[in-house]
Amino acid sequence: MNFPKIDLDRLKNEGTSSITNKERRNFLKLGFAITGVYAGGKILSLSSTFGIAHASGTDFVEKFPYNPHYSMVIRQSLCIDCEKCVDACNKTNHVPEYGYRTRILTRKYQGQLDKKVEFIPVLCNHCNDAPCVRACPTKATYKDAITGIVRMDSKKCIGCKTCMLACPYDARYFSAERHAVDKCDFCWEERLSKGETQTACSSACPTGARTFGNLTDPNNIVFKLVHQLEESVWVLRPEDGTKPNIFYMKGNMLSVDNILKGQKFIYSGPSGS
Amino acid sequence: MNRSTVDIAKRWGYHGIDALKKASPGYFMIMGFFALLTLIGAAVGVHGMITGYHHVYNVSREISWGILISAYVFCVVTSTGLCIISSIGHVFGGEAFMPIAKRAVFMSIIFMLGGFCIIFFDIENPFRMAIYNVISPNLSSNMWWMGTLYGAYLVFMIIEYYFLLEQNHSLSRLMGFFGLVVGIAAHSNLGAVFGMLHGRPFWYGPYLPIYFIFSAGMSGGCAIMFVTTLAWKINPAIMNLRMERAMKAVCQVTIFLISTIIFFTIWKIVTGMVSHDKSLVIMSLVNGDYSVNFWVFDIFFGMVLPLFLLFLSRGTNYNMILWATGLMMIGIFFMRYDIVIPGQMVSVYHALGVEEGLDIIKYKPSFHEIMATLFGLSLICVAYLAGEKMLNGHQLEKHEIVPEGGYICPGCGAIHFMQEGESEQDAMKRQHNIW
Repeated sequence: MNFPKIDLDRLKNEGTSSITNKERRNFLKLGFAITGVYAGGKILSLSSTFGIAHASGTDFVEKFPYNPHYSMVIRQSLCIDCEKCVDACNKTNHVPEYGYRTRILTRKYQGQLDKKVEFIPVLCNHCNDAPCVRACPTKATYKDAITGIVRMDSKKCIGCKTCMLACPYDARYFSAERHAVDKCDFCWEERLSKGETQTACSSACPTGARTFGNLTDPNNIVFKLVHQLEESVWVLRPEDGTKPNIFYMKGNMLSVDNILKGQKFIYSGPSGS
Repeated sequence: MNRSTVDIAKRWGYHGIDALKKASPGYFMIMGFFALLTLIGAAVGVHGMITGYHHVYNVSREISWGILISAYVFCVVTSTGLCIISSIGHVFGGEAFMPIAKRAVFMSIIFMLGGFCIIFFDIENPFRMAIYNVISPNLSSNMWWMGTLYGAYLVFMIIEYYFLLEQNHSLSRLMGFFGLVVGIAAHSNLGAVFGMLHGRPFWYGPYLPIYFIFSAGMSGGCAIMFVTTLAWKINPAIMNLRMERAMKAVCQVTIFLISTIIFFTIWKIVTGMVSHDKSLVIMSLVNGDYSVNFWVFDIFFGMVLPLFLLFLSRGTNYNMILWATGLMMIGIFFMRYDIVIPGQMVSVYHALGVEEGLDIIKYKPSFHEIMATLFGLSLICVAYLAGEKMLNGHQLEKHEIVPEGGYICPGCGAIHFMQEGESEQDAMKRQHNIW
């Protein structure tokens, strides 16, 4: 069989006008699948792109490896550094004075017109690919098979402190009281396992900067916050490839109101529609 | 004549407590000083353990590994190095290296034990380690492999030493080979304990496991020359023609390995300077808080001065070698310190630009940490000094009358024993073949 010879050098550029939207979408999907962004929050960061690649939100839910897949979304702009979350955490989890499970970092700016300072709450990121879990010689720290919470089996901890250095989020400290390394467990021991649905820090937060929930539930606020096309969502230190479950976004009160009132995601323009 | 009829002490060159008692008062004073330091160090360490380390140690959640870990690294690097260098002779058959084997393997065991003593006071729950390392192993953890392999390494080295004393060269060779393989695996795993931590760019990457092996070779060569020339000061009789030849050979290898490490260091610094993540650490080594450590101890005492002096000594000026390697041992200690501490001093949130992560995190060893370190190091000194006397300078008994049934091996210079009806030739074959 003879094929006509194609002279690539002489072919005319067709331009992009002839490509249909469907073709573009398919092409994008392919790209996302290859780069791994496709899976939304599972892989790591910009899960908002999920909205472009998918029309329906149900089939990717299974792609979160845990159920309930606990996660926290931090809306940085809403944090006022009142430290109520830190106090609530310390009290609930009996954190000694010399340690902390969560803290609020301060970032200062110069030359910005709207803000001079920004507060960034940090805690254990309960990474899907947790470096601390890999580093622990005795499996004293482990990924909970159901919830995905990175927990401690204190009696196994030998106190070598490798996990403290392996953690790229500085989320661990050695607790002399527990004779083991201590860390955030999303209040599993003190609250979630007792039937509560919120962590101490998220329920203490007066501004809604910390929002805790289940990523596998499309009706959950965490799911809704993360899957907004108009909000950029990111994680800390994505270059480490740890697949964290603490998501960050700027966030503003309007978008929160919209979600709480169960409205669809209406983009609020300058006129405040 | 059967081997068992020969006095075991004589066969092993073991001179016992009596030999120690004959030592000079000065020798006793030095040994007593280190013994006292060992006891005080252990007492302070136990005090820290009872009070709680977080009250008495200066390690923090950011800098969790302090001087104790760097001293542990120093000890195990030296131990592995002694094993590597001595194996050139008694495992791979490099004739010139053979006379150093007994002392090197002995010191390798002692350094390893010293390292374990030091890390005992660093691990918060050392007793749990013994249980959960066995019943709950995490095979993806470098820490687990490092600990387990070093445990196996110690066992192999002890068995090897036993066979060296027994002059069973076939089995000592086999054990030496296993010890070497396990030791190198353990040691590169120690490098990987640091090299596989994502959040620490100064450590992260394959550099440290590779560097650690070469660096171990350098430390081993240095340590062998140091302990041998020191033993020569203690008892000049240990230096004989074969030992002189061995010193020359070790000196050459060490010069080569120092050059290799200089090369490693140059590229570590140069590549680090162009990396945003690492430059903060590199600059603190080059002209910051750690510049004295780096330039004076790491570079000058650890590499440049010994390189120069070893060249100058031609492997025959033992006083010069003693000085060069003595200062080099101190330099190497700082080298380990300058890997462990600076790797942690940049906050993981530095790149985020937050106030909390802007500055370099400071660390200074506390009194308790220094004493717990000295506990392990002076224990090594005591064991060394005692070993030189009690094991008669790790010599083969060539100055003594050859016991009945024995002969001086023309190959290795040791005293071998013939079995009944065996010729010297047969005995030599038996002693020097693996199977």
